[in-house]
Amino acid sequence: MTTIYRAKKIITMNPARPVATHVAVRDGRILGAGSLAELEGWGDYTLDERFSDKVIMPGLVEGHSHAMEGTLWRYTYLGYFDRMDPNGKVWSGLDNIEGVLERLKEADAKLEDPDTPLPGWSLDPIYFNNERVTREDLDKVSTTRPVGIMHASGHILNVNSKALELAGLLKTGLNNPGVPLGKDGLPTGELKGPDVMTPVGMHVGFDRDMLACDEQGLVDFAKLCVRSGVTTATDLAARLPDDAVDMMSRVTARENYPARIVPLRFHHGVTPQELIAHVLELKKKTSDRLRLGMIKVVVDGSIQGFSARLRWPGYYNGAENGLWYISPEHLQDIINSSLEHNIHIHTHTNGDEATELVLDCMEEGLLKHPSRDHRFTLQHCQLADASQFRRMRKLGMCVNLFANHHFYWGDEHYNLTVGPERAERMNACATALENDVPMAIHSDAPITPLGPLFTAWCAVNRLTASGRTQGEAEKIDVDEALYAITLGAAYTLKLDGEVGSIETGKRADFAVLEDDPESVGGDKLKDVAVWGTVQDGRIFPASEL
Amino acid sequence: MPVTVIGGYLGSGKTTLVNHLLRNANGRRLAILVNEFGELPIDADLIEADDGDVISLTGGCVCCSYGNDLMMALMDMAKMEPRPDHIILETSGVALPGAIAGSVSLLNDYVLDGILVLADAGNIEERANDKYMSDTILRQLADADIVLLNKTDLIEEEQKGSLVDWLREKSGAASILETQNSILPIEIALQSFTHDDGFSADRSTHSTSQFETKFYSFSAPTQTQALAQELAGLSQIVRAKGFVPNENGKLKTLQLVGQRFEITPAPENVEAGLVVIGVKPLPDLSHALTGI
Repeated sequence: MTTIYRAKKIITMNPARPVATHVAVRDGRILGAGSLAELEGWGDYTLDERFSDKVIMPGLVEGHSHAMEGTLWRYTYLGYFDRMDPNGKVWSGLDNIEGVLERLKEADAKLEDPDTPLPGWSLDPIYFNNERVTREDLDKVSTTRPVGIMHASGHILNVNSKALELAGLLKTGLNNPGVPLGKDGLPTGELKGPDVMTPVGMHVGFDRDMLACDEQGLVDFAKLCVRSGVTTATDLAARLPDDAVDMMSRVTARENYPARIVPLRFHHGVTPQELIAHVLELKKKTSDRLRLGMIKVVVDGSIQGFSARLRWPGYYNGAENGLWYISPEHLQDIINSSLEHNIHIHTHTNGDEATELVLDCMEEGLLKHPSRDHRFTLQHCQLADASQFRRMRKLGMCVNLFANHHFYWGDEHYNLTVGPERAERMNACATALENDVPMAIHSDAPITPLGPLFTAWCAVNRLTASGRTQGEAEKIDVDEALYAITLGAAYTLKLDGEVGSIETGKRADFAVLEDDPESVGGDKLKDVAVWGTVQDGRIFPASEL
Repeated sequence: MPVTVIGGYLGSGKTTLVNHLLRNANGRRLAILVNEFGELPIDADLIEADDGDVISLTGGCVCCSYGNDLMMALMDMAKMEPRPDHIILETSGVALPGAIAGSVSLLNDYVLDGILVLADAGNIEERANDKYMSDTILRQLADADIVLLNKTDLIEEEQKGSLVDWLREKSGAASILETQNSILPIEIALQSFTHDDGFSADRSTHSTSQFETKFYSFSAPTQTQALAQELAGLSQIVRAKGFVPNENGKLKTLQLVGQRFEITPAPENVEAGLVVIGVKPLPDLSHALTGI
């Protein structure tokens, strides 16, 4: 059964015929793209004209996201920017503490049991002059139930008195840099860093197990994919125990599940031998819409949390260098074994010293286990300089840059974390391309919203939230950005033979758009409206989710 | 439950120390928390049953691996029945033990006993100059209450002297102890008594080839704070614990490890007295202890 779709324009990402008017689909795969006359040669067909006023491009690929975003939407959104939830409702951004408290009070009023925790997320006080939310503020929302707000960065949690009391921390005499104290000697309710957040977070709904993607979360995450034109998205990363994998296999196999999910196995908590053994087992469970068998290794922390590892001269504000989350020996061991077993690794490095370590370990590992096409990918890699991109090229590595960071935290990077010069070269997309490093760009959802067209806009314009252009020289053009969110990202997942372009033999994965991203202008890329997606030939209008 | 944090880079002897302590637990029910990337760091003959998350060891001891979530592992351990007597937390080679101790102190079920950091005599200076690990190694040493300069049998005697001087500079006022194969008396590694049982059994003065334990009684009040500071400043003294009469004659609990000390109200019905453990020969403390 062949269906030929007519569209206003089809952007194929196939340089042999970059634009077409029709695409023919059979059994969820693409027979070809071209004119109707060309495609009629495939035999009997049905002409489907529903997209005749739409623009079709390859289904977008999000190379660094977390399915947890689907779960977080069950909590109260408190971010500064407008953001769309899985059901299409746009939550307005909040630009002051009163607004935050007001929205929490509304959520509080809907809860019957006075003890039920009330979690909120995506607070970012840098947008209201860094005024901190205190325990007393949140006590105005409730004194009976624990209330907690996770910051957008994911590194800070603000809680009310009840939450501190439940954790046994509403007391004087605490001496921990992650727990600031008020004039009364009691904690202010701000908790910084994962170890400090955990004992309180579990009382306010930020138990880590709850945040690992659950069934409802995975369903909701896919809705966000459809709304943003994404047909393939990574879940980077999880421990992937058997029950979670069974759940994901079951959910993604449903006839109406609209996305291809690529979960990576987190390196923590097991030996390299166990890690490799587990991933080899996971590979056997891979399916069309659940691609298993890759590893994510976390090397350092975050730049805005001052836990990323920076090379000399370190942080602009003089903060001490960040933290290693893995030893060089451990990293080398994982890299060597993965090369040996042909297992694909993505590494999280934010700081340039962490990136340097990965490059050194790759150089060493490739001497032992030469690999022609490993495509190990540096994720975030925000501070890499030109010399490091040259090494990536030589070592056959890919990079997935955090283009959204300029918009959300660019001003902070300029003023505080890395200073003007390095802020301007952060996420150096142009340098990556100039040095022929295969490149993707990402949102790291839920840290910033899932939306590759917005991410492309960020890479093209490099505007910060305050409206400043940061790093003119690292801007890329629209074509390069659109490539990065399709074939570029697919390449980093070794899926470029299957998805990322519209050409014969590939999966029928499309982003269906109301506007033409190629002609709308780079400054309007983020405003391109998404009608929905086609995934493996199945049609998913966003309006019917 | 008291928690002793054991830090130090890969290969410094943390695992050997943990196994040594398990072999010399003498009835203490130790719970070991590990986060290392190698094989399970417990000698096979000490393992009774491997039930997955919690591994049962001889003498009622247990071992768990905490992966990337130390706090959850500690909270789970607090629910364990029967409760362990003492937690030994072996950090990863790149962790900062001071930060970990700070996190432990937020949990009401635990008190920090002390931070031991191991340094491999054969390569600690080299590690401290490593391109990537330098500041991590130096921060680990600065966090220590007790530094174990381990594997001293692998270096020359004159080298040892300069190494100890170097460590003293890097580790502040920590006690620096020389060890081989991580062999250390358990009462040095872990605080050996609790508030409840007092130290009736420990009233004797005894010694090994390297260490000495002395018991002091009090006949008069002391300047407790000044006394603690003096003890903390004496590099031979590794640990001290006891009940000390303060200026007003009230008993205070004094606990000291390396340069770290804490003075808290003493429990009811305890007798004044102080146990001091340190490197032989212990200095004469009579002037400090005779009071005011």
